[in-house]
Amino acid sequence: MTFRAKHLLGIEPLKPDDIREILDLADQYVDLNRGAVKHSDALAGLTQINMFFENSTRTQASFELAGKRLGADVMNMAMQASSIKKGETLIDTALTLNAMHPDLLVVRHPHSGAVDLLAQKVNCAVLNAGDGRHEHPTQALLDALTIRRAKGRLHRLSIAICGDIAHSRVARSNIILLGKMENRVRLVGPPTLVPGQFAEFGCEVYDDMAEGLKDVDVVMMLRLQRERMDGGFIPSEREYYHRYGLDAEKLAHAKPDAIVMHPGPMNRGVEIDGEIADDINRSVIQEQVEMGVAVRMAAMDLLARNLRERADGGVMV
Amino acid sequence: MPDTLITNARLIDPEVGTETTGWLAVDGGTISATGTDAPPKADRVIDARGKCLAPGIVDIGVKICEPGERHKESFRSAGLAAAAGGVTTMVTRPDTLPAIDTPEVLEFVTRRAREAAPVRIKPMAALTKGRQGREMTELGFLLDAGAVAFTDGDTVTTDTKVLSRAMTYARSLGALVIAHPQDPGLSAGAAATSGKFAALKGLPSVTPMAERMALDRDMALVEMTGVRYHADQITTARALPALERAKANGLDVTAGVSIHHLTLNELDVSDYRTFFKVKPPLRSEDDRLALVDAVASGLIDVICSMHTPQDEESKRLPFEEAASGAVALETLLPAALRLVHAGQIALPVLWRALSLNPARRLGLDTGRLAPGAPADLVLFDADAPFVLDRFKLRSKSKNTPFDGARMQGKVIATFVAGAQVFGAD
Repeated sequence: MTFRAKHLLGIEPLKPDDIREILDLADQYVDLNRGAVKHSDALAGLTQINMFFENSTRTQASFELAGKRLGADVMNMAMQASSIKKGETLIDTALTLNAMHPDLLVVRHPHSGAVDLLAQKVNCAVLNAGDGRHEHPTQALLDALTIRRAKGRLHRLSIAICGDIAHSRVARSNIILLGKMENRVRLVGPPTLVPGQFAEFGCEVYDDMAEGLKDVDVVMMLRLQRERMDGGFIPSEREYYHRYGLDAEKLAHAKPDAIVMHPGPMNRGVEIDGEIADDINRSVIQEQVEMGVAVRMAAMDLLARNLRERADGGVMV
Repeated sequence: MPDTLITNARLIDPEVGTETTGWLAVDGGTISATGTDAPPKADRVIDARGKCLAPGIVDIGVKICEPGERHKESFRSAGLAAAAGGVTTMVTRPDTLPAIDTPEVLEFVTRRAREAAPVRIKPMAALTKGRQGREMTELGFLLDAGAVAFTDGDTVTTDTKVLSRAMTYARSLGALVIAHPQDPGLSAGAAATSGKFAALKGLPSVTPMAERMALDRDMALVEMTGVRYHADQITTARALPALERAKANGLDVTAGVSIHHLTLNELDVSDYRTFFKVKPPLRSEDDRLALVDAVASGLIDVICSMHTPQDEESKRLPFEEAASGAVALETLLPAALRLVHAGQIALPVLWRALSLNPARRLGLDTGRLAPGAPADLVLFDADAPFVLDRFKLRSKSKNTPFDGARMQGKVIATFVAGAQVFGAD
């Protein structure tokens, strides 16, 4: 086993072998999930708490399903509705949680670094389900698994990530992961949403969609958050769609077998044309959702193994 | 006969720019003589054993949380911290609750300072009422009540008409205006400096250009009004040419830099360590090195602690939500000595920025080792190593970025007007 960490807070601390190990195990869980009996006891007896300080339907459902299929006792806490409104701090929340003795804590928070902070104060394993604009590691892992299964490899691919890079934790985690696995990453979008400093991560930055998509193997679209428009980052939705929305014409610049990805939920007619999104020959958006459950099962399984090893007094590397 | 004599000392004289071994005599609260020959007799003789004796530090921009947040810092706790850190004059900020913007509140401050603090306190007052940037304060009354400068702290006056009138009025009084050069539009919501680090950590960031833009604006207003102006903190390389130009054009302008921007960079924030969150945010290493050069060359005049106490509750938050600021009265001296130990700056030049220049800018008589100057002195061992333990700090708040840091430079004794206010065990 190579992945020995206590938490999964981001892609940045992972080694390429860690990533491969998680994806290999996720492949096995894809098979399990497609079988008749979708159940294992990998997390039997363990308690998983999903704590979402920010609205989420899909990610939370994915984590919940992953936990239940592995036999964990899963509880959801919608935090934006409860204590933080009463002025409870993140540290207080951590202390409360410790008293409940969870084994796995899945956290989403609107501020970068908040999940790291919580991880320092709780006794259980923490999975980052998205912190501010910092990282969203399971999304990058599920994207990697989707690419690996569609393309047969996860290296030496040319991948364009398009849209609001600046505010996207999905983009950040993907840039780091794809870079670690030795791919060429292009970032495409208006300069207000793709700041130049991203070139320092070894990415090529384009503000022209046709140029940016030329001969790429993978087109990864990002969701345009409505509030970005109010913030004056782009002039209007229709101009954005005209210049950066993915349609057949723009996609024609990519390789003929290029796949189209989107982390969801999609704004059809803003960042992506409905027909492209539904084209089963190009779009792998549904597969991404399926891979999401499998990757989260794999990540939680590995973290639980590390937990048990620690409890048994095993030597950590 | 002098009442106190300090012999066998390495005299750090920022005025003359020398470092000599000799003695210093104190009589009636002032320095009566210095020399390198045989010392005179005195009632009390202190053998410095070859350690450094320098004018006490004059620290522009200390936040004491009275009135309003005394649980974070009081005149007593800040005064003890200052004495232990070799700071003999604290120039206090008006960004309290309420702001120090009337002669009545200022009087409260001077009274509390007199009662509680072992070092000198020179208060600054707000430039505009409530630091709101709408109406100027009673600059004349406040000056009469003892305000040494006028500032709205890190709140930028965006209304240039208000600011130009306040500057014009201040000029007629000969008052010093201290501003925080930062474009508020660009810096709103920022917790880091834009660049690779902020992008990697997903932190909202501000371009370093925001500082130069604001300094350019202020320089135009200074040229227009003729006011005496001090920039509280210049923290980026890009702002330095604008400062140099203003000085070359003969504007009455000086600038400071906080010790944190001189000794730390943005990478120190690491995994969202909120004790490293200061305002403006820590900069790149290139910026830091340019600032060190600017202090060495005298382009930047003043080094300050920008002492800002914050309690644990306001720091134990996600980075974006956490309060800005760090305590530094006790760490200013050893942190500044890092520059000396790194061979980047000589002790007398460093002391110009810590002591002589801020005193001169505020019209104080301190900051010198010359006969006739007040005997505000710090005796310190520039080499003594230690590991900082934040819980041993005398400040009520313990939010220092130097917790666990290896430092060199310990204060042995501090004197204010000849009286010893601190002595190491």
